[in-house]
Amino acid sequence: MSNGSAAAQTPRRRMAQDAGRLVGKATGPALNVLEEIGNTVTLMGQAFFWLFRRPFRWRQMLQSMEFIGVDSIPVILLVGLFVGAAFSLQTVSAFRMFSADAMVGSTVTLALCRELGPVLAAIMVTARVGSAMATELGSMRITEQIDALHTMAVNPVQYLVTPRIVASIIMVPLLNMVFVVVGVLGAYLVAVGVLGVDKGYFLSNIDWYVDIEDIVQGLVKASVFGLALSSIGCYQGFYAKGGARGVGLATTRAVVQACVSILVLDYFLTDVLFAVQG
Amino acid sequence: MVSLFRKRKVAQVPVRDERFQIQVRGLHKRFGDNEVLRGVDLDIERHQINIIIGGSGQGKSVLLKHLIGLIKPDQGQILVDGMDIVPLKDYQLNEVRRKFGMLFQYAALFDSLTVEENVAFPLVEHTKKSKAEVREIVRAKLDALGLHGTEKRFPSELSGGMRKRVGLARALVLEPDILMYDEPTTGLDPIATKNVDNMIAETAERLGVTSVVISHDMASTFRIGDRIAMLNEGTIVVVGTPAEIMHNDHPVLREFLTTSGVVGHR
Repeated sequence: MSNGSAAAQTPRRRMAQDAGRLVGKATGPALNVLEEIGNTVTLMGQAFFWLFRRPFRWRQMLQSMEFIGVDSIPVILLVGLFVGAAFSLQTVSAFRMFSADAMVGSTVTLALCRELGPVLAAIMVTARVGSAMATELGSMRITEQIDALHTMAVNPVQYLVTPRIVASIIMVPLLNMVFVVVGVLGAYLVAVGVLGVDKGYFLSNIDWYVDIEDIVQGLVKASVFGLALSSIGCYQGFYAKGGARGVGLATTRAVVQACVSILVLDYFLTDVLFAVQG
Repeated sequence: MVSLFRKRKVAQVPVRDERFQIQVRGLHKRFGDNEVLRGVDLDIERHQINIIIGGSGQGKSVLLKHLIGLIKPDQGQILVDGMDIVPLKDYQLNEVRRKFGMLFQYAALFDSLTVEENVAFPLVEHTKKSKAEVREIVRAKLDALGLHGTEKRFPSELSGGMRKRVGLARALVLEPDILMYDEPTTGLDPIATKNVDNMIAETAERLGVTSVVISHDMASTFRIGDRIAMLNEGTIVVVGTPAEIMHNDHPVLREFLTTSGVVGHR
C-alpha cells in the first residue's frame, strides 16, 4: 500500500486513485453478483460430483422428493385453480370485444403450458421449499451439525445438498404439470360455467392449437427452475454465518435470488427453446 | 535449511515420538486481517486428558478444528500418529477422521433424528452391521451414559446435559482413539458440570482414549486434566501438569487462576 506517501499527493495520482475508487464502487455490486453466481454454480457442481459416488443417498432423496413434491401439491392446486380462473376471466372479456371467445381455451392453455405453469409453480416451490432449504441448512451450519457430519466422515454436500437438488429437478416439472391441469380446469369452469363460452369450441381449440412441444417446453423450463431454486437455497443455507440473524438473511437472499433467477432464466430459456423447437 | 527470502522460521519436522498421539508444529491461520494462530506448537499425549485453556477468542476452537481437518492451516504441520494431515484431500481425511470422535460445544445433534438415530448414525454410515446389532450397541452406549429410555426422543426434548451425553455416545460409538471436547461444560449448572467432568474422566479411564478438551473452566480443568496447555494470542504459552501450571508465573495464566478462584491472591 503506497497511499499516504508523497507520491499519492500529486494531483494526477490522486485523480487516478479517485477514478479507481469510482470504478470499484460502480463494479462492486456487479462483481458481488458474479461471485455469488460462481459460488452457487460451484456448489451445484460438487453436488453432481457426489451424486455418482457411493454411498447413494436413496433415503434422503425420497424424503426430499416427498417434501418438495408431494407436500407442495395442495398449494399448487389452489394457486393453479385461481390463476387459470383469473386468466380466463381476463381473456374472455378481452376476446369478446372482437368475438374471439372461442379461442379462450387454447390461449389460456398455451400460456399455462409455456409460461405460467413453470414460472408460477417454481415460484411457489421457492416460497415453500427454497426458503426451507436455506433455513434448515443454515441452522445446521450455525449449530455445527454440518461440521459434525464432516467429523463423522460423511460428506455434507452428498448428504444434504445432492438429494435436494436432484429431487427439485425431478419434482418441479411434475408440479408444473399439476399446475397446468388445474389451471385449465379453473379456466374451463369460469369460461364455460360462468361466462357461457361454448364448451365444444373451448375444448376442441385446445386440442387443435396446443402441441406436445408446448408441454415439453414447460417441462424443460420447470426442471431448470428446480435446479436453480434448489442450488440457490442450498448455497445460501450451507454457507450461512452469523447466528439466527445470519440464517434469516440467508433465507431472504435465497428467496429473492431464486425468484429473480427464475424470471430472468425464463426469458432466455424461452428464446433458446423457440430456436431449438422451430 | 536457511532461506534469505523467508522471514519466518521454517517449522522443523518433528521427530516421531510414540508418547504423542498428535503433534502440531508451527501452525499459522489467519481469517482476513485477523491472525488467529501464530505458530502453535503442541503435543497431545496418548491415553491422557489433554486440556487446552485460554480466553474467549484466543483461537481454541479454531485449533481444535485444525486437529480434525475441518480447517486447513495457512502454514504448519499436524501429525496424527506420525502422519501429516495438512496436505490430505477430503476423501483421504475421512480415513483419519475415523480415529476421532468429537463432542461439540452444543452437542451438534441432528435435530431431525431421534436420539437413537443420532447415536446410530456413524454405525449406519461406516459399518455393515444389521439393524438389530446397531440397536443393541446404541442401547448399550446410552445405558452406560445413564440415558436409558431416551431412544425415541428428539434432541430438542432433552436438557443441555443430556444432549451432551448423547453427543458423547455418538462420538464413542465407533470406538475412536481420540476424543475431542469443545468446551464441554459451557452453559451447564455446577452439578451438570461435575457430571460432565466425571463422564470425561471415566471415558478416558475405561476406554484408554486420548482426550483433547478445550475449556475455559479452570475448576474442571484442574479436576480432570493430566496435561494442561494455555493458548494465548495465537501461541501456546505454557504447558505442563496441573501442579506445574499451578506454580507457573505467566501473567495471563496467573490472572486466569486467581479470578477463577482456583488459587488465592498472593
